[in-house]
Amino acid sequence: MTASSKFRTILRAGALGLALCVGPAAAQDESPAEAPAISEIHDPATLLAALPDAGYADKQAIAEQLVQSAGAQAGPALRALLEGRLYSDANQRVVVVDGEGEGETVALRDPLSGAALGSAASAALTKIGSNNKLRKALKGLLARLDLADADPDKRLAAVNEALRNLDAPAIAALRARRDAETDSKVRDAIDVGLAVADLASDSADTRLAAVQRLSGELSPDVYNALQSLVADDGSGKRREPDERVLMAADAAIHRIDNQRALYGGVETLFFGLSLGSVLVLSAIGLAITFGVMGVINMAHGELMMLGAYTAYVMQQLMPQHITAATLLAIPMAFIVAGAAGIAIERGIVRFLYGRPLETLLATFGLSLVLQQLVRSVFSPLNRSVSTPEFMSGSLVINDALSLTWNRLYIVFFMLLVFLALQLVLKRTSLGLKVRAVSQNRAMARAMGVRSEWIDAATFGLGSGVAGVAGVALSQLTNVGPNLGQSYIIDSFMVVVFGGVGSLWGTLISGMSLGVVSKLLEPHTGAVMAKILVLVFLILFIQRRPRGLFPQKGRAAEG
Amino acid sequence: MERRNFIRSAITMAAAPLLLGLSLSAQAADTIKVGVLHSLSGTMAISETTLKDTVLMMIDEQNKKGGILGKKLEPVVVDPASNWPLFAEKARELLAKDHVDVIFGCWTSVSRKSVLPVVEELNGLLFYPVQYEGEESSRNVFYTGAAPNQQAIPAVDYLMKDVGVKRWVLEGTDYVYPRTTNKILEAYLKAKGVAASDIMINYTPFGFSDWQSEVSKIKTFGSAGKKTAVVSTINGDANVPFYKELGNQKISAEDIPVVAFSVGEEELAGLDTKPLVGHLAAWNYFESIDTPANKAAIAQWHKFIKNDKRTFNDPMEATVIGFKLWVKAVEKAGTTDTTKVIDTLPGLETPNLTGGVAKVLPNHHITKPVYIGEVRDDGQFDVVWKTKSEVPGDAWSDFLPGSKDIEADWVTLKCGNYNKTTKKCSGQNF
Repeated sequence: MTASSKFRTILRAGALGLALCVGPAAAQDESPAEAPAISEIHDPATLLAALPDAGYADKQAIAEQLVQSAGAQAGPALRALLEGRLYSDANQRVVVVDGEGEGETVALRDPLSGAALGSAASAALTKIGSNNKLRKALKGLLARLDLADADPDKRLAAVNEALRNLDAPAIAALRARRDAETDSKVRDAIDVGLAVADLASDSADTRLAAVQRLSGELSPDVYNALQSLVADDGSGKRREPDERVLMAADAAIHRIDNQRALYGGVETLFFGLSLGSVLVLSAIGLAITFGVMGVINMAHGELMMLGAYTAYVMQQLMPQHITAATLLAIPMAFIVAGAAGIAIERGIVRFLYGRPLETLLATFGLSLVLQQLVRSVFSPLNRSVSTPEFMSGSLVINDALSLTWNRLYIVFFMLLVFLALQLVLKRTSLGLKVRAVSQNRAMARAMGVRSEWIDAATFGLGSGVAGVAGVALSQLTNVGPNLGQSYIIDSFMVVVFGGVGSLWGTLISGMSLGVVSKLLEPHTGAVMAKILVLVFLILFIQRRPRGLFPQKGRAAEG
Repeated sequence: MERRNFIRSAITMAAAPLLLGLSLSAQAADTIKVGVLHSLSGTMAISETTLKDTVLMMIDEQNKKGGILGKKLEPVVVDPASNWPLFAEKARELLAKDHVDVIFGCWTSVSRKSVLPVVEELNGLLFYPVQYEGEESSRNVFYTGAAPNQQAIPAVDYLMKDVGVKRWVLEGTDYVYPRTTNKILEAYLKAKGVAASDIMINYTPFGFSDWQSEVSKIKTFGSAGKKTAVVSTINGDANVPFYKELGNQKISAEDIPVVAFSVGEEELAGLDTKPLVGHLAAWNYFESIDTPANKAAIAQWHKFIKNDKRTFNDPMEATVIGFKLWVKAVEKAGTTDTTKVIDTLPGLETPNLTGGVAKVLPNHHITKPVYIGEVRDDGQFDVVWKTKSEVPGDAWSDFLPGSKDIEADWVTLKCGNYNKTTKKCSGQNF
């Protein structure tokens, strides 16, 4: 007998203390089968007290019984169990932990009454665990409770949860709620659910009405329900006997298909733009050092790595305030990477101006040194950088289209960095001097610009921007010693494609490379897409060696 | 990568005579030499260094018991630096210069393949402790990790029967292990009546980090009304952004579970486990399994490595089993002579750490139990399913057209690649 069929048998028996499932859920064989069956316990407190020692199947039975006996009052306890905030303390009490207390202690609440129970050391608490099956059951139970919640958003979520698993009790609950519902959005969602249920009706008219109601709904559950209506029943005939319903269903599916294709296109475009933003972010610092100064900086990737590690260190320093730490990491990374950049320029690069090959080798050596430094200081293992709350999850536009927040923020962040750089280069005196030195060093010096100082500042600026990009990357990828290596090739690619020395070129080229890869990826696979983009780039550079936006005039000859 | 390896090998080469001198001076006493061939630098160092420490721990323990046959064990540690050709070179050095009696080593399949001709030519003995794609059986190698039928196939069985999965995404990193495993799985699923339209196979490069469109594809594929699962042979770093993206696109383990073959305790340590909770992994061992042998092994490990936070994982258990089996064989044969030890090994048994028995089979694989675990938020696994008894390792998959008829048997057939229909032995034959 497998473990899960065991689970089911136990569930049917409903007896406490028979749990013999494998793993930590085991134990309890010492308590004999005389203990009252879960279905006979009606006191919520007794039910809760049985939770810590129950197996997963028993936990599910307890949860169901809790909803039966306590109704909505059981909600907070079940939600805490679902979210892993339900613990048993040293006195065998079941408590909800919410939020951090002072130092090592946490604040406790009673799961049923919600009354505060003081605080306890977190080490003295044992978590009441859950597994996939239990979590799924809990979500269903909570959805049924939430149908009557005062908050319309919660009710809407509950209806959508019920839609995903539309069984008889769920349909009954929806029907019961339908007329009491005041919020029009929630009522619409309930109507959709009931219409899906009506697709199985015996009356052709009811089915027709249901199909018409569902036309234009984008939820995959609706789509699948419609699909199964028009599908073959295996003998070449379609399952729906009524011609009118069939036609309506075909039309509805066609309409949904069109809309899905449209939103799918928008999604791909977004993926492309977000990949493009990452490329632009990682390349824009290089566009300054390589593009404006002409220095081939192979350690550029490692400067990004320094930025990413700055984000890690900031989070270690402020473990309670992940959001603030991440935001503070942006200026900090600029300072750290910028300072490292100035040190590199003063210490190495300035002796090698005009000797690109030696600069390349020296900075490459430097990149190895920086990697090893990070390995020695932080360990060769990847470090985990947490994602702030506001950056996780996605912005749901409709059932067919949702955009992940972290990517959205990175698109905006890239635009901000780009704007700030443009302002610095075009509107400040530093920018003016940078442009002057890059266009004609001798003339700029003759006008009293301290070109050495400007070189260091420009290199620092480019490096600082690389550090800032590193903070953004820490939210997307692994923070480890090899982080820089995986982006350096892409960065050079973007800068060369865009045209050396042109910030706008970098922006356009990064974005277009991102969109092109994402357009190719679904058809060719990720590996082939990368190859095709490279081949395209090589061919393009053959035709236009100076990139998309070549510099014109005097600077081009420099 | 190449250039780094070059620098590394240059340094190692410079250091080699020095090390050689050291090992020569230690040779004076009469000892049994144990070669340890795991990368201590380069990309694989993260995983392989722990295996080196595991072998050292076992040697240390055996020496405390008085060694074997009255002789102390002496470890000879070399560093092949995650460089595949260097693996062959170092293996040759161990066998020809240091005359080691056994080698514990290798992690990636490509490193094993590069060592293979050397141990066969010099009649060495290699214990290989990592799950791999099968399709191989050498007289000189004992495979204590899982063959596909000891990890991938049972995991798919579990999903099919207990979770009711009808639609499959086979997502892998683009190299030999995922490609072979997925080929076997695809053939297996089709044999079980899964339609080709219900299987999606996808490969991404090493270290891939932009998972948005892959995950969105999985989401669309999984919303067709049939229960869908992802079978992941994604390797290394790329797992972290993959699970992160799953979390961001709101794909929960309850809807589309991901079962991974190369995410274990070691990989989860020091990771933000939030987006992974509830996803699955298939192994032959979990640190959380509550048996006296396992507790003792973990306690011994913590004492040896002097760090209570270090995790214990599946390849480490396989190393421990391999070492114990070798000790038994040497004691039974009364000699460390490779040929005699190889002939003694099949049929030997040793308890594994999870309460079962590991028995060496004639095909040089061992019996192993299979566990499916759910990731907990502390980076450990809850076992949700296990096989009734140990599964015997099968070197040649029964589900691939090329290898269906091939059998490995070093006891009666004396062949690792015997075709049952043509009655011919290709490859090594003794």
